[in-house]
Amino acid sequence: MSEIIVLKRGLDVPVNGRADLRVSKSMTPATVAVCPDGVKGLLPRLLVKEGDRVLCGSPVIADKKNPDILLTAPVSGRVKEVVRGEKRKLLAVLIEADDKQEFVDFGVKNPSELSPEEIKSALLQSGLWPVLVQRPYGILADPAAAPKAIFVSAFNSAPLAADTEFTLGSQVAFIQKGIEALAKIAPVHVSLNADVKDSAFARLGGCTLHLFRGKHPAGNVGVQISHISPIRKGETVWTLPLHGLAAIGKLFMSGRYNVRRLVAVTGPAAIECAYVETVPGTPVKCFAPFYGNTPELDRFISGDMLSGSNVGVDGYLAWKDDQITIIHEGTEKELLGWIRPLRWNQFSHDRSYFSWLMPWRKYDMDTNLHGGPRPFLMNDGYYAKVLPMDIYPVFLAKACLAGDIDKMEKFGIYEVLPEDLATCEFVDPSKNYIQDFIAKGIDLMLKEMA
Amino acid sequence: MNKIFEKGGKLYWLHSTVDAFETFLHVPGTVTLKGAHVRDAIDLKRLLILVVIAAAPAALFGMWNVGYQHGLAMGQTGVHILEYFWFGFLKVLPLYIVSYLVGLGIEFASSQIRGEEVSEGYLVSGFFIPLIVPVDIPLWMLAVAVAFAVIFGKEVFGGTGMNIWNPALLTRAFLFFSYPNYMSGSECWIAFKKGETAVADAFTGATPLALDGAPAQYGTGFWDLFIGTVPGSVGETSVIAILLGAILLLWTGIASWKIMAGSVAGALLVGWIGNIAGITDIPFYMQLLYGGFAFGTVFMATDPVTSCQTECGKWIFGILIGMLCITVRLFNPGYAEGMMLAILLLNTFAPLIDHCVTSVHISRRAKKFNVA
Repeated sequence: MSEIIVLKRGLDVPVNGRADLRVSKSMTPATVAVCPDGVKGLLPRLLVKEGDRVLCGSPVIADKKNPDILLTAPVSGRVKEVVRGEKRKLLAVLIEADDKQEFVDFGVKNPSELSPEEIKSALLQSGLWPVLVQRPYGILADPAAAPKAIFVSAFNSAPLAADTEFTLGSQVAFIQKGIEALAKIAPVHVSLNADVKDSAFARLGGCTLHLFRGKHPAGNVGVQISHISPIRKGETVWTLPLHGLAAIGKLFMSGRYNVRRLVAVTGPAAIECAYVETVPGTPVKCFAPFYGNTPELDRFISGDMLSGSNVGVDGYLAWKDDQITIIHEGTEKELLGWIRPLRWNQFSHDRSYFSWLMPWRKYDMDTNLHGGPRPFLMNDGYYAKVLPMDIYPVFLAKACLAGDIDKMEKFGIYEVLPEDLATCEFVDPSKNYIQDFIAKGIDLMLKEMA
Repeated sequence: MNKIFEKGGKLYWLHSTVDAFETFLHVPGTVTLKGAHVRDAIDLKRLLILVVIAAAPAALFGMWNVGYQHGLAMGQTGVHILEYFWFGFLKVLPLYIVSYLVGLGIEFASSQIRGEEVSEGYLVSGFFIPLIVPVDIPLWMLAVAVAFAVIFGKEVFGGTGMNIWNPALLTRAFLFFSYPNYMSGSECWIAFKKGETAVADAFTGATPLALDGAPAQYGTGFWDLFIGTVPGSVGETSVIAILLGAILLLWTGIASWKIMAGSVAGALLVGWIGNIAGITDIPFYMQLLYGGFAFGTVFMATDPVTSCQTECGKWIFGILIGMLCITVRLFNPGYAEGMMLAILLLNTFAPLIDHCVTSVHISRRAKKFNVA
């Protein structure tokens, strides 16, 4: 194992609502949604119609550009409804789940006997392909691409994120098998948290292990790549979440498409913070016992509170996520807020408040912006303090705002996804939407470079 | 907010103003739309009010000093400290009123034109402006200068955060070039009431800088300068009051220690070269106490908008300001105070410095990648 890579810059947001390390319940929701929106770069083509019967692993949606790429049903049952939005945009395919789950049999295979092409086709067929994210730009992986390497982060440093040691520590065998399969395509790098003693993942073989220590975003795979082997222009790498690796292992070991996972229900507005075993596409309403009777006052986020998506109480757990965060909407005005000297109940990383006096304290944060939008005023160093990457965040954000492709390239657009700059957005006193700037910059790159 | 102030309402033209007062009173109930759903409690109002607090000791001391210098010039003795302060307060208050009325008026109007919220930037600029002008400056001149600085120094670029030059210094520069009689020489730095003239024997009232080489004559020794009982612009004389502000700014991290340290180092270096080359008799460390150097280093050079963005750039920026300031002092017999122009010049070059630093960074990254 390599030596520990210590990241000095970063910020752990001290917020209440970490999930207790116990499984509160295991569920198969009555209705499950397959949403194409969670997969960036997928142009959805519907393969089923209402009333069709699907098994767990049956194709539901295909990519228009590359019809081999499929999104498959996470449960067996009947297609209940196809939900469309404006201009008939496909939003979700709702599947009514059977009581007894039936699986498509993809056949038990030993990855070590398969060629890379056979591995790829197994992933494509089963619908596990979209678990791979291609960088730069964080898009759906191209099966024809030859990635330089495949990166997996075995820990998540985002606020209240699921503890992978708890959720996946018992699935090391599957993860090992997943690594075996992907290692046929490209070298696999797995990053571990150096602060976890006796990590279940420290025994993984067939891959290069890296140890990271630091505050958020140290657990972001993008940050890790930039310290292991930064992405150059023209290179591609693939990344996938650890639970995706486990699902790939399960595919080869059991022949089944099984994306059931432990989901952390977290956040200061959650009544009970614990883990739930369920499938992606679970309606937020199924988490009702965790959020109380006034959902209209809360925000439901699939993912973490720094870069997850606001899905609303009528939304669904996104395909890639293993966390639901529930926080109160901060619509209340605060009299003389900014001028009160102490303001004990608010967290600020800045020394102009006094949170630094109580580093152990956790806060009940809400969605209040705590100010109004302004142009960037503080200089780059203020933001770079929370970004452990060799880039200038404000210069990059401004290049994205200006749509200057040349500058975006130079300032490192290939290395980042919006989530990597989430801490910069959190600390920004000018209240800019920095992640949105980066996302728009990436969209522009995709359009211009296509 | 009342509906008549919203778009389409009768009083929409007051929208930005009402919004400014409303958000001044309380943190609005605005929620995040996307991205980071929770945000740090810090905002620009908090950061900028801290800058004002940091400058408050210099302002308070400056008011007292206005009274004290007046008393000295009039030959008064045995005056109570509060009387001095009150005299100075009444002299400086109109400057503040003019500075804020004109500056905020323009700021509110242009925010409304742009359809944005009023930015807090002028709270700080408006606080600094009275501190860096002679106390007896005619108010109409100040009004014209503030209007020029805010409109052409800031609003034409898009408001706070977009400006190239420090608006407060631009005000001073405008006054300096437009009305030089009021801005230099030995007359302007002490407040007089109408009809008064100095009565104290042989009193000239020149600032220590104008008395180059004869510091002992008017009690301009180290401690006088350090404490600030000398004539000068309202807020610039007391180094110790400025240091108090510097501690707050550095502790909170609002101002860059690299810029301050760089500026001091640059000044000491040139001052020392001046010593050993025999250009000046003033000991090099005294350069830090004269004129506007301390105030400029702590409050003006560290303005995050107009200084360098990059960490390496901040060093270069600071060092060049210090060196340039002292160089002007040593070689310009007509105008001994170089701090204002040094900072404005480096404001102009800050983007260039940043460009060089980031270019080096980019090529270093490219090389690193090539061996990876």
